[in-house]
Amino acid sequence: MNNFMRSMIAAAVMITFGFVGQAMAKDLVVVSWGGAYTASQQNAYHAPYMKQNSGIKIINDDSAGTAVAKLRAMNKAGNVTWDLIDVVAADGMRLCDEGLVEVINHDKDLAAAPDGTSASKDFGGLIVSECFIPQIVYSTTFGYRTDKVSRPMTSICDVFDTKSFPGKRSLQKSPLGNMEWALICDGVAPDKIFDVLGTSKGAERALAKLDTIKSDVVWWTAGAQTPQLLADGEVVVGSTYNGRLFKMIAVDKQPVAMLWDWQIFDLDGWVVPKGTKNKAEVMKYLRFATDTQRLADQSKWISYGPARASSAPLVGKHATLGIDMAPHMPTDPNNAKTTLLTNYAFWADNKDDLDAKFNAWLLK
Amino acid sequence: MEKVQEKISLVTADGTPLKISLARAQRRSKTIAFMMVFPLLFFVTIAFIVPIADMLLFSIDNSIVKKILPKTTEALKDWSEYSGELPDEVVFAAMVEEIKSAKASRQHTKIGGRLNYESSGFSSLFRKAGRKVKKIKTPPFKEALIESDKRWGDIYTWQVIKQNSSEYTEGYYLSALDFKRKFESGKIESLPEKDSIYLKLFFRTLLISSLIVFLTLLIGFPLSYMLSIVSTRTSNILIIFVLLPFWTSLLVRTTSWIALLQQEGVINDFLIFLGIINEDGRLAMIHNATGTVIAMTHILLPFMILPLFSVMKTIPKSYVRAAISLGAHPWKAFWKIYFPNTSPGIGAGSILVFILAIGYYITPALVGGVSGTFISNRIAYHISNSLNWGLGSAIGVILLGIVLLFFVFYDRIVGINNMKLG
Repeated sequence: MNNFMRSMIAAAVMITFGFVGQAMAKDLVVVSWGGAYTASQQNAYHAPYMKQNSGIKIINDDSAGTAVAKLRAMNKAGNVTWDLIDVVAADGMRLCDEGLVEVINHDKDLAAAPDGTSASKDFGGLIVSECFIPQIVYSTTFGYRTDKVSRPMTSICDVFDTKSFPGKRSLQKSPLGNMEWALICDGVAPDKIFDVLGTSKGAERALAKLDTIKSDVVWWTAGAQTPQLLADGEVVVGSTYNGRLFKMIAVDKQPVAMLWDWQIFDLDGWVVPKGTKNKAEVMKYLRFATDTQRLADQSKWISYGPARASSAPLVGKHATLGIDMAPHMPTDPNNAKTTLLTNYAFWADNKDDLDAKFNAWLLK
Repeated sequence: MEKVQEKISLVTADGTPLKISLARAQRRSKTIAFMMVFPLLFFVTIAFIVPIADMLLFSIDNSIVKKILPKTTEALKDWSEYSGELPDEVVFAAMVEEIKSAKASRQHTKIGGRLNYESSGFSSLFRKAGRKVKKIKTPPFKEALIESDKRWGDIYTWQVIKQNSSEYTEGYYLSALDFKRKFESGKIESLPEKDSIYLKLFFRTLLISSLIVFLTLLIGFPLSYMLSIVSTRTSNILIIFVLLPFWTSLLVRTTSWIALLQQEGVINDFLIFLGIINEDGRLAMIHNATGTVIAMTHILLPFMILPLFSVMKTIPKSYVRAAISLGAHPWKAFWKIYFPNTSPGIGAGSILVFILAIGYYITPALVGGVSGTFISNRIAYHISNSLNWGLGSAIGVILLGIVLLFFVFYDRIVGINNMKLG
């Protein structure tokens, strides 16, 4: 056998084994939001898990923003290529309603807290759907330019006060949040908001309040817009997700401060799509990625509160900046004096209707 | 005549008449031609026509209620919805039974979601019913179901269910044209002006798109003319300047317009530097219709220039020279001789820009604010956010209809064969 033949055979053997090796490693496709958020998951969940399980390769797909529609289409086509999806709670509920995601037995499928508290007790009221595994608590709240206001903004109603705080505001182009804030500042008792908003008079009242600042509003559709508008000085104050503002303040050192008053809590978490080809592996991964330590680890990378009660005491310092993370968490007692939790049941019923009213109002 | 023809009828070497042999050969070449086109035809059908047709069916599909509640919808047929009385026990018994079996296969929330598009509150009604029905074991079901949630005692609830129990619905089209069905009476009413959304957006989309066509023509015509008269080498370089932005990502171009046009942006700063405006008079050129028009005119300009350029290049310069030498004023020579010759390019460019413009949604969403968003932004919202695919498809079908209408209109006036795309 000559040298050429020998090397050819060696190459063939290597290629064959290479392929076998590849086929043995399982790819898990995890859909999330990309950017800093996926990075925090990569650091806190994916990397340590892949280290422990060399046979698993986790592939990040950044299409969470359109995941609900895409999953529906995949399901219709009968070819689900995703294994795990990160969604906001409302979408998790909707996918569960449509039967597109697996029902989870939280106590059986997830790890208990270190002290033995069952997972369902540890997550408590945050398990808003039987298909949904909460991961983080985030809030939609305001940031304002400290150099463009005469005094610090402390109340949500300052957003509606264009006399004391002239300049543009950026608000989400959606009835969610804006209508609740409008009613609070129109004098509705916070515990009565959804009773009022459920009536057509209440909806008109909220829109009438928003009308007072309509000409001063820049409407955003993507979470990154408000930080950009604030940085450019286009707006004085704007709403967005608190993690985005944290980055502006702590990492980019912009002259921006938080206005935590009546921040609106929402949840983000996992759902397992029906039709995944790797269900056993995904469930094994989930048990790891949603345990007490992992959820606490994520908060080293991004300022969102861990969904488990048992994770809260473990929240430490930022992994690269070295600053204490607790004061930047939306759930910190100092920040959470006045809060609203997104009313999922209400919005599931009324979102279509209020969204139509909101859009008609925008077009007026 | 016949005889003559028969006499001179030619045959091929094997004795078959030439006519037949020729037809055979032609048939063969036609088959080969078809076979060569077939893969493309197959691909277009599978990847384009079928999915579109399938998506369009969403706009009338209403099978879900009937599929999950077959007995209830059947029993409801005997109930007169305007009688002012609740349906009888049979209907309630069927409903309880079917919610139970739907709950087992997790289908009850699907109906809730579907009916919630028609009337707010059905989502929670069915979710709650799914939790409560397992306790209802013995008749009378009517009282038990109403006790679980008093909304089951509203005639309105049953009117909505009954009027949505047929296989197909026109409801999505009604919503897409700002009409609403009053379930209490079954009458169709148009929404008051203050609640109307879609008609306003359709109208605005057409208006702004027409404006964009006009502006791209206004800018593109002289530019294409210049490209067509300079030397080939210069025009090649200049055409790169036209194509360069064309090759740049749409998002990059859109966001750079934000940096230029915003109130604290480059243009406003420059105008203040020149003293044309003062600090308080900063112009609002973005997050409104102006922003959409400017950004989209820029983005769609190459689609106007390229067809115009390719047409103008083929117009012999001697035409205009001849007209002028025969005594025509240069303007008249341009208007009577040159301009009519460019019409295939104008037609192609305009229809291309127009059709692209009315379907745009990323740019309007980013720079359009409230007054500069298009109907396609609502389609995107319904497809990916509200998940009301029925309504999204209905708006899409209407938009498709408008495009086809314009196409027919164009064919009548200019003639589609006259179009030159490059």
